[in-house]
Amino acid sequence: MSTEKHHISTYMSHGVVLTILLALTALSVGMAELHFGAFSVAVALLVASVKGTTVLTYFMHLKYESMFTRIMVGGVFVIYVLVIVLLFFDYLFR
Amino acid sequence: MSHSETHPQVSYLEYQGKYKGILGWLTTTDHKRIALLYMYCIVVFFFVAAILGLTMSIEKMRPGQDIMNAQTYNGLFTVHGIIMIFMIVIPGLAAVFGNFALPLLIGARDVAFPKLNLFSWYLYVIGAILAVLSQLLKGGAPDTGWTFYVPYSAGSSTNVIWALTAAFILGFSNILTGLNFIVTIHRMRAPGMTWFKMPLFPWSLYATAWIQVLATPIVGITLLMVIAERVLHIGFFDPALGGDPVLFQHLFWIYSHPAVYIMILPAMGVITEIFPTFSQKPVFGYGAIAISSLAIAFVGYFVWGHHMFTSGISYWSKWFFSFLTFIVAVPSAIKVFNWISTMYGGSIQMRPPLLYAISFVFLFMIGGFTGLFLGALATNVQLHDTTFVVAHFHYIIFGGMGFAFFAAIHYWYPKMYGKMYSDRWAYIAWGFTFVGFNLLYFPQFIIGVQGMPRRYFDYLPQFQWGHMLSGFGAFILLIGLILMAWNLIYHVKRGAIAPANPWKGVTLEWQIASPPTLENFEEIPVIKHNPYWFGTEEEIKREKKSVTRNT
Amino acid sequence: MAEIKNIAPSEHHDYQGSKMGMWLFIFTELFLFGGLFLVYAVFRTQYSADFHKAAEETNTFIGTLNTVVLLISSMTVAMSITAIQSNQKGRAIRLLLVTLVLASVFMVNKYFEWGHKFELKLYPGSEVLTNLPKGELLFFGLYFMMTGLHAIHVLVGMILLTVTIFRIKSGHIHTGNFSMIENSGLYWHLVDLIWIFLFPMMYLIT
Ligand SMILES: [Cu+2]
Repeated sequence: MSTEKHHISTYMSHGVVLTILLALTALSVGMAELHFGAFSVAVALLVASVKGTTVLTYFMHLKYESMFTRIMVGGVFVIYVLVIVLLFFDYLFR
Repeated sequence: MSHSETHPQVSYLEYQGKYKGILGWLTTTDHKRIALLYMYCIVVFFFVAAILGLTMSIEKMRPGQDIMNAQTYNGLFTVHGIIMIFMIVIPGLAAVFGNFALPLLIGARDVAFPKLNLFSWYLYVIGAILAVLSQLLKGGAPDTGWTFYVPYSAGSSTNVIWALTAAFILGFSNILTGLNFIVTIHRMRAPGMTWFKMPLFPWSLYATAWIQVLATPIVGITLLMVIAERVLHIGFFDPALGGDPVLFQHLFWIYSHPAVYIMILPAMGVITEIFPTFSQKPVFGYGAIAISSLAIAFVGYFVWGHHMFTSGISYWSKWFFSFLTFIVAVPSAIKVFNWISTMYGGSIQMRPPLLYAISFVFLFMIGGFTGLFLGALATNVQLHDTTFVVAHFHYIIFGGMGFAFFAAIHYWYPKMYGKMYSDRWAYIAWGFTFVGFNLLYFPQFIIGVQGMPRRYFDYLPQFQWGHMLSGFGAFILLIGLILMAWNLIYHVKRGAIAPANPWKGVTLEWQIASPPTLENFEEIPVIKHNPYWFGTEEEIKREKKSVTRNT
Repeated sequence: MAEIKNIAPSEHHDYQGSKMGMWLFIFTELFLFGGLFLVYAVFRTQYSADFHKAAEETNTFIGTLNTVVLLISSMTVAMSITAIQSNQKGRAIRLLLVTLVLASVFMVNKYFEWGHKFELKLYPGSEVLTNLPKGELLFFGLYFMMTGLHAIHVLVGMILLTVTIFRIKSGHIHTGNFSMIENSGLYWHLVDLIWIFLFPMMYLIT
């Protein structure tokens, strides 16, 4: 194991990531106050997705993982999205 | 490697670790012993569930009530389904033969997480105990069918919660096995074994494991939601509370269709190992078989709606699910062509494993073709919820997975126990099993088309001939199963000593002792060839020389 | 061939393998919640007005506070891994303790939040709830089930982190062997990740 290389993130970088996440949280709360109507759902989920991706990339270290791990995570989300799409093929066209 | 040096010759069956006897087995982390633990449980439950099936067949040999009342019958088909599906067919091949053969086939000493492997077995046992309790406790055996459809399962006064919890736990046992196998296959292949030098049973286990990991949680949460509906009145599926029963069906089948591939993919993998060995010829279309496993797993994830064509789902989703269902038949058919072509021009020895493998192909084809009838929208409306579905399902699951299990046990038995069973008794048992099976299920195709509904306790007199034949078939089948079990059990003690390689197989498990030592390989082999490389004698000799020179 | 090492699991700890196993486990957790997200999505489209109204009942302030708490705790876990990797044992333990404190704050908030709902008789099966419009009823069903399941995961995460602290103390986890802290860290981030999606669904979409 000593031969394997590990990327060590700095404390600073974790702080920066947290700041971004907190800013995004403030953004989504602020947007919700503005009441965009149907549009607000999309905005809220979009912001949540950006936050989620940030957590996955930096806190969960995906940026420094092997290509395979990244493909695996991406593939899992693709499968989930396809399930949603197929499910809504039923609910939207009933 | 200290212990392998001190006991290099002791087989895994005789190896004495920290504990002796039964405790040694219950605390083992050896993949081969865990495989046997699973197998013993599965065989016992299988006979229990098979006898339940037999009593149902007897009941239906004549119209009206004969040996049980309608409520008992409802309990029986539920119990039969829950035991067979969740405790036998889903874990069956992966947990028993996957555990036993996967590390051997890829040249590893064990799976990636041996302790987790044992933990999954304990989860399995806990789930099994809960399932058995659900039958015996005083509320009465659950009567919902293994599919737990709401709203009935939310209202039935029987022990549904116990059965739901059992299925939930069994699901998690299965997930952990899948997780273990994925990591094992990624990380523990022998040096030189690239992905496309890996045997095909591991390939199929790999595809299966992904379904286990990604589909099982969905049914887990769905079962939890039904429990929540019963206990906490959180009615996601109860129309009175705004819920939607069809949503349950969606969630249930999002798992339970892929679950069919959890059952059948490892079966295909086993068969793929057997054909080249008994044809003494490399498997035909290695790449096509490997990739088709992944394709089946992937496409199979998106066809769940074909169970719901009559449930009132939208026109477009019916259309799309039907289309995808036909697509998923393609990779399955590719495999069938490959198996047949593997035999072509080979030097075939018709030993019991091959006989079962060929029966698998025959029965699986019937099951597959009738699946297309059910996948087509128009015929589905006629056939839905008839015994045609029952027959189709049993041709796939019993004719497919079941016969693959029999093929696998006859194939790896010498490796597991270091003994040979009697070929002659294996043939006789096969005869009873094969004839009994077809007699039991084929008539149900016909009466199903004529309109005999499934899960019915009573029926119109015109269907009696079919039920009568099924009843006789069930008896013959059971005789076959008993003979088979006797042949195998008897020869564990009394069989002739098996050589290391009784079938002249070329995959790695045949290159080590029968039964293997605790650590399988004294030295991890280095892989140079395709797994199904049948070199001429001279080529093999040259190989061996070069290996010794290198070491 | 003597130089080829035999990898027996008991002798050699496979760092990449255990991390991959953890990721796979995370996938199963994601799909476990994924099933509930599907249910939410379906009912949200069917009863959007009711969901809109019911979501106003939830306390956005507590929700936001808890989001901030979980995000910070995610950072402290990530930092503790950095600390272990740079051989700062004491700092790693302190960071994990901060994480545990933050997790407890989250749970206490949750307790008051649920408690308030119960005071208003808004709990599953209650008369008040059952008489609400169907969509609001479903919303609260989802609210309790999703935040409840999430809270269980917070508790499991806290147990994992506690074990991790002890293993750092006992010297099992160190600069040369940190897959346990990394894996429990991954689990903790998963808890955060799920919350990131639960938060807008339960508190913001009004
Ligand atoms: Cu299906």
